[in-house]
Amino acid sequence: MNETNRISSYTTAQTWLLVILRMLIGWHLLYEGVVKLWNPGWSAGGYLMDSQGPFANLFYKMAANPSVLQVIDFMNIWGLILVGLGLMFGIFTRLACVGGILLLGLYFLSHPALIGVKYAMPTEGSYLFVNKNLIEMAALCVLLVFPTGKMAGLDGLIAQWRAK
Amino acid sequence: MSQNKINRRDAIKGLAAVPVLGAFLLGTDAKSDHDEEIKQEILRELNIEPAVPNPTGSMKGDVLRVGVIGYGGRGEHLIRAIGFASPKWLADMKENAAKDPKDTRLRDYLEQENLNVQLVAVCDTFDVRGELGVAAGSKDGVKPKQYRDYRKMLEDPNIDAVVIATPDHAHAPQVIAAVQAGKHVYVEKCMTHKVKETFDLYDAVKKSGLVFQLGHQHRQTASFLTARELVRKKVMGHINLVQTNTNRNDDNGAWQWEIHEKGNPQTIDWDLFLGNAPKIPFNAEHYFRWRKWWAYGTGLSGDLLTHDYDRINCLLEMGIPASCNASGGIYTHRDGRDVPDVFQVVMEYPDFTSGATQEAGKEKGLTFLYSSTLGNQYDRGTLVMGHDATLELGEQLIIHADPQSTRYKDMIEKGTVSLEVPMYAYDPRAKGVDAVTGATAKYFANKGLMYTYRDGKRVDSTFLHLREWLSAIRNGHKVSCGVEEGFQEAISAHMASASFRLGKRVEWDAVNRKLKNVSDTELAGIGML
Repeated sequence: MNETNRISSYTTAQTWLLVILRMLIGWHLLYEGVVKLWNPGWSAGGYLMDSQGPFANLFYKMAANPSVLQVIDFMNIWGLILVGLGLMFGIFTRLACVGGILLLGLYFLSHPALIGVKYAMPTEGSYLFVNKNLIEMAALCVLLVFPTGKMAGLDGLIAQWRAK
Repeated sequence: MSQNKINRRDAIKGLAAVPVLGAFLLGTDAKSDHDEEIKQEILRELNIEPAVPNPTGSMKGDVLRVGVIGYGGRGEHLIRAIGFASPKWLADMKENAAKDPKDTRLRDYLEQENLNVQLVAVCDTFDVRGELGVAAGSKDGVKPKQYRDYRKMLEDPNIDAVVIATPDHAHAPQVIAAVQAGKHVYVEKCMTHKVKETFDLYDAVKKSGLVFQLGHQHRQTASFLTARELVRKKVMGHINLVQTNTNRNDDNGAWQWEIHEKGNPQTIDWDLFLGNAPKIPFNAEHYFRWRKWWAYGTGLSGDLLTHDYDRINCLLEMGIPASCNASGGIYTHRDGRDVPDVFQVVMEYPDFTSGATQEAGKEKGLTFLYSSTLGNQYDRGTLVMGHDATLELGEQLIIHADPQSTRYKDMIEKGTVSLEVPMYAYDPRAKGVDAVTGATAKYFANKGLMYTYRDGKRVDSTFLHLREWLSAIRNGHKVSCGVEEGFQEAISAHMASASFRLGKRVEWDAVNRKLKNVSDTELAGIGML
């Protein structure tokens, strides 16, 4: 079943709620990217050095090398902006979903909500194993398998333009 | 309707995000304007520039030949800082770096600038340490000569400068002999051990015209340099109380240092160690843990109060206090020591002023408070408290506006300045200056670090302090902790020790530069004349 057919099997409420979810996540990631872009002093260094859990050493290594860190900062900022725009506009939606899942996955792995793990970076809630990064990542997985870019997004226009 | 034609309905659906993006842009623009306006208003009002490091010059030219007197723990660090790490340290750091990627000490050391110096002499009264120093200094075909007696070492005309890291009671005799022998000197704090020798050292250094640096390396710390700017710009208003402290709760912090298994009367020149101290038979504990006795050390006054005193003196230039009271006791480490392990010092500066924002008559007077314990390590932070704001002084600088401030009254009323979060934070690690910070900046404040930052890069502040001294020798500029600052540091520390030991308030006569109410007999009675 191709995407267009699948979408036609969604109810209107299902479709629009999925689109709204996509736009909300897009908004969030886009704003995270823009804020970092606007702050010239921002670097992922502090966040990476605050990593805990089984992959912490990998993240420390990333932060320790200034040239690697520079690349990470650049990719993080533009990754967030492009994924955010992709989700908001429904353009290359699947790719944007995968990109978002990867970014959120890295955040989740560097700051897992494990028992006995404490972070210097303050958090605003209480978490055990499940945190907001994981939930947002799961929501993007949902959007990946229930795509809406063709229904309400530029992907739909691109598909029609290509079909011509 | 053709299947392939993009109709209006599809176009609307395809562009559904356009109004969302419009809302996003409007929202981010409004938020950015709001944040930027507040930030700029605060930055305009405070007008703070991040400090430019002390000017130093090039290390080019003839190689400088350095000798070290005292190759113990601190001596080893100082010599490493000028490029001579011991083989053991290098091996340990290599192992640590392999285990922990966060440990970049080895990399930092290897990336350090070459200071164009040779270590040509090592003097230590303990042969084992002398040999370790020689091993560390043996580099590029140069092997340092080993001495037990500093006087012999100072006779060598091939030494340009000496680094002194010996017990406090040896500092003054060694510094005086070194400058008389024409050597530039870098000496560890406390500058001296007794009162009279402080004047003698001051005169000898002044007369020599040589470069003298006291080892308060925090004078290189980027945040402290910027904090001076805050004081100058009267950001805190009338500063009336400074709170500093030391909190340690481990054996090493309480000077229970290792007694070396090879330390005995054959390997240690006990008489040379004693120097001007009371003559007693060989005692390995006195030798290796000398800070625990007034005969050789200066207690919490000279070891740790001086750190806090000097960094505040670097900001406020308040000099020697008009009076000083101290009290304390031995409340944890009842191990035969005679210096206290809980120690409180109150220094009064009735004439100090950092400027005022209120009506005349409310701008004079400062108390410097130092509170320390070697039985608890809760970090109480350093606070510089003024009428308009409180500065948390650490590796970062955090300023909290005072709710009753005169200067920031309007900004507080308008909501530009919040009382909930710091109004300003300076983090030398960041690429730029930031204002209006949230909980994160507050949380990260005052994490003690041994390092400071230059252009966002981590640097050992001891390295910078030594580099400044070597550069001053080469290029003739000033050092940041010279004999004037050292004199103030030593006299202030001695006032605190004398107050504690004599059980009375000790006063300073600034006009005649002498202790006012303490006689020579009293000082001689406690071995501090």
